[in-house]
Amino acid sequence: MRNKIRFVQNGQIRELENVDPNQTVLNFLRYEDAQTGSKEGCAEGDCGACTVVLGELKGDEVQYQAVNACIQFLPMIDGKELITVENLKSDDGHLHPVQQAMVDANATQCGFCTPGFVMSIFAEAQGKARSDLQSINDVLAGNLCRCTGYGTIIEAARNAVTSDTSSHFQARKTLTAELLSELANDEMLATSGANNQFFAPTTTSELVQLLDTHPEATILAGATDIGLWVTKKHERLQTLIYIGQIKELKQISDEGDFIRVGAGVSYSEAWEILQSLSSDLGELIRRIASTQIRNSGTIGGNIANGSPIGDTPPALIALNATLNLQSSKGVRSIALEDFFIEYGKQDLLSGEFVASVDIPKIQAQQRFRTYKISKRFDQDISALCAAYSLRLEGNTVATYAFAMAEWPEHL
Amino acid sequence: MDLQAVKSSPGVVAVYDANDVPGINDASPVAGDDPVFAEDIVEYAGQALFVVAANSIQEARAAAKRAEIEYEELEALVTIDQALAAGSFVMPSKTLLRGNPEQAINSAPNRLNGRFEIGGQDHFYLEGQIALAYPREDGDVHVFSSTQHPTEVQHNVAKFLDIPDHSVTVEVRRMGGGFGGKETQGAWFAAMAALAAKDTGRPAKLRLDRDDDMIMTGKRHDFVIEYNVGYDNDGRLDGIDFTFASRCGRSADLSAAINDRTIFHADNCYYLKDVRITSHRCKTHTVSNTAFRGFGGPQGMIAIERVMDEIAHKLGKDPLDVRKVNLYGKTDRNVTPYHMTVEDNVAPEIIRELEEKSDYAKRRDAIRKFNETSPFLKKGIALTPVKFGISFTTTFLNQAGALLHVYTDGSVMLNHGGTEMGQGLFIKVAQVVAQELQIDIERIKITSTRTDKVPNTSATAASSGSDMNGKAAQAAARKIKERLIKFAADHYNVDRADIIFKPNRIDIGEKTVGFAELVQQAYFNRVSLSATGYYRTPKIHYDAENYSGRPFYYFAYGAAVSEAIIDTLTGENKITRVDIIHDVGKSLNPSIDLGQVEGGFIQGMGWLTTEELYFDEKGLLRTHAPSTYKIPACSDRPEIFNMELYESGENVEDSIHKSKAVGEPPFMLAISAFNALTDAVYSASDYKSFPNLDAPATPECILKAIHELDGKVT
Repeated sequence: MRNKIRFVQNGQIRELENVDPNQTVLNFLRYEDAQTGSKEGCAEGDCGACTVVLGELKGDEVQYQAVNACIQFLPMIDGKELITVENLKSDDGHLHPVQQAMVDANATQCGFCTPGFVMSIFAEAQGKARSDLQSINDVLAGNLCRCTGYGTIIEAARNAVTSDTSSHFQARKTLTAELLSELANDEMLATSGANNQFFAPTTTSELVQLLDTHPEATILAGATDIGLWVTKKHERLQTLIYIGQIKELKQISDEGDFIRVGAGVSYSEAWEILQSLSSDLGELIRRIASTQIRNSGTIGGNIANGSPIGDTPPALIALNATLNLQSSKGVRSIALEDFFIEYGKQDLLSGEFVASVDIPKIQAQQRFRTYKISKRFDQDISALCAAYSLRLEGNTVATYAFAMAEWPEHL
Repeated sequence: MDLQAVKSSPGVVAVYDANDVPGINDASPVAGDDPVFAEDIVEYAGQALFVVAANSIQEARAAAKRAEIEYEELEALVTIDQALAAGSFVMPSKTLLRGNPEQAINSAPNRLNGRFEIGGQDHFYLEGQIALAYPREDGDVHVFSSTQHPTEVQHNVAKFLDIPDHSVTVEVRRMGGGFGGKETQGAWFAAMAALAAKDTGRPAKLRLDRDDDMIMTGKRHDFVIEYNVGYDNDGRLDGIDFTFASRCGRSADLSAAINDRTIFHADNCYYLKDVRITSHRCKTHTVSNTAFRGFGGPQGMIAIERVMDEIAHKLGKDPLDVRKVNLYGKTDRNVTPYHMTVEDNVAPEIIRELEEKSDYAKRRDAIRKFNETSPFLKKGIALTPVKFGISFTTTFLNQAGALLHVYTDGSVMLNHGGTEMGQGLFIKVAQVVAQELQIDIERIKITSTRTDKVPNTSATAASSGSDMNGKAAQAAARKIKERLIKFAADHYNVDRADIIFKPNRIDIGEKTVGFAELVQQAYFNRVSLSATGYYRTPKIHYDAENYSGRPFYYFAYGAAVSEAIIDTLTGENKITRVDIIHDVGKSLNPSIDLGQVEGGFIQGMGWLTTEELYFDEKGLLRTHAPSTYKIPACSDRPEIFNMELYESGENVEDSIHKSKAVGEPPFMLAISAFNALTDAVYSASDYKSFPNLDAPATPECILKAIHELDGKVT
């Protein structure tokens, strides 16, 4: 086991020791690293002022994703490349093309949200580089601006993704990929702070063992909920087991009649295949939180935390999904509907973890719809989220499934 | 209250409460009723009791949680209606009266009355309240504060620490957004940080996280409005009686001036001949509400715009026609209820131009046709104008100062009392100086606002920043220019008229000298190259008791057409298109001004659509973070957003380069969005019943209004 966190920044491997596992990436950057370009606007992943970009190796390529640094725990960036707004300028002091596009479009007023917007646009420019309005709205849904009204930022984003954004990131891509593949061979991370510990198993067998030793541990996937226990409720989490490094849990597979989605698969990763299952399901995923949150948050986590405001359970219950729970005793498969016993109580035994969810494909005679109603269209908690599935025999409804989640009280 | 456990918590350096205040335990703008630390009684959930200084923010938070406090729970007045019933007010109610409204209403051919509730709004500046204080020699403190009003923070810190004003320097480089939320609200936190710094001899930083910021600090006032109206068959108002009641919260803060501005804007662009406006300033056990872009004006204007729509419904007219017959005249029907003659009315011209450019009439017809055949999706459209009075209604605040140094290399240090919060003030004022001295703007360094550079300043508020600081900086630049001209005339022995400032150089008779060169020559010849500038807004005077006089130097105008679509099954809604023409006079900087117009509109749209402050029956704010409090996101921006500055705009008054203030006025263009939503809800009754749609028009609120239409016949 390894107790140093290793990640890539600015074309170099950085190593950190004695990290408090409850430390967020943002607080590390601001308080310890004196990199104050990333801002805290809400500490709950809703405003995007803290947005940083993580680079990960997908095949031979480095893939960039925007995440909320305010609710990511520092050990979660182990094995990845961390890019903050400070890293965008070239060595000779030129603004990155995305930054320049923001300047040229007068897209900054008070400036507090600007670094976050820049990082969101940067990630998109490095990746899909979509320039249609719907996509830009999706890319920026997790970044709030209170000054501009967004028009100039949309213009900057469009210009940035459609123009040549070559920069020093392109130039050292090969180097970054080499560094990341070096880190990929690292053994399991097990680091501890003053009175708490963090494990990042790389296989399910390591995870099973850890859960047997630490049955009280909190299983951590995207931290889009658990992160808030620390930043909002100001709790100290004693033992965290992070499943984000377990490749087996990050698999999506087509099993013929159903799709199996591993518990560590993020919304972003699952989006495409769920969209192909049902356009309603795709739209539901698109409306879940923001790009940053969807890049971190997992469907497994959305199920496992049993939150009454989770958006995926109603749809998955209506589709008659099966949940695969794993422990040292093996795999236990139950109907997802039976997992939720009552508010705050799930059918999860000690030592057990959510391994995957099996989502049946929609049959020819089946009609499936899901709806979400919220105060704001993007990045909002559902006032009501409902899903319906009918199986027709001719003109007769043979079976009917309906599931709904709503806010327990006016909050 | 027992703070022993707090004091002994790890990392704690000091803990202060009301007993530790060396001076006066208050950080209020006017009334002396805002204790920094509560004494004996806590009047709202979120009121500060003590502050913890620790080595880290985590340790300070952990320590604060260990306080043992026993409360005796008292009855809470939370809503406006509860306060009105209990006769609970932060200050006496006010009434403006002109003519005989009862008689005018009673003898009018038509009458209507109604009630309208408008929600508040959190500022949601992206950067929360924050102050950093450094101890200095002689017991002085230097406070970096995120404030729109450094002078007021200075005064409050000085009286809190019981030291003279000259011992406190307040500095503001820039704010991460203000919107009025940092006009008075930053003073408490600056005072706490200053106390910790002075007492411990160490720098102290106090930053609120988002939840604390939203729970502890004031917001836009929410209102309950009642109206009683008489009008003729053209829709022209005969008489009107408004009652405004606002939730001020636990203290006065700026509520007097805010509610006054509601009174001043209940006319918007319309002539109210016989009129009574009653204003109740309710005291509730909630956070003390404060300045927010528009400063009470929006609530007055949205009320009269509701009346216009309702009259149109009653008469079966296009609301725009009703608006037009009520507009202020150019030579008659042109005196406001507060006896100020409207001398610069361009509302009719702007409306006419916008009506044409936005294709209003055709689109209104198309929308009505669409609604006939669309069972669940309904559209609406509305055109509303804006007239907004520019000047602080507290007359003495209309003054500003600037400081200009020219160094011997020809570079210029510019300082003035205004603060930068993203509105572009610093650039505008630098442009004024660059223009005056005919030098590149890169030569000018705009330095942070500091109470030791320009003293006794007013808040950067009331949209007045560029108007006043621009003029003050211009005055300073002119002094220096005048000295340079005098020097050059003597030195080169040429006529003053032959000295001409050209870009970065000066023609002196036959000779041409670079700006830096002339400056250096002036220095060697012992000419002062530093000057202060001062400005006071002319013409304004105002009798606050009788609501009479000229509180405003001029008015800013604009108009907007919004188009909305709603889903009558779910209440979901969207503003799909907006067209705006806005008057900024002769723009100092069109890019900045358009940024203010768009930003103001979207912020106003948020106020009236998705931004819902929910206080429970105990007065606890339940929407105190962006997870639950929804400001507009990127996709909420109307997909079609046409805006332009009014091309023939020019301030009739001698404002800075004939420009007009732009900070607040565009906010109220968003009233058109609310009225478009109202029009869409209205269509759900086949235009037979006028809906009681309250603001914000959340999906729930829209559904409620639609359901109330069933069976309602008016």
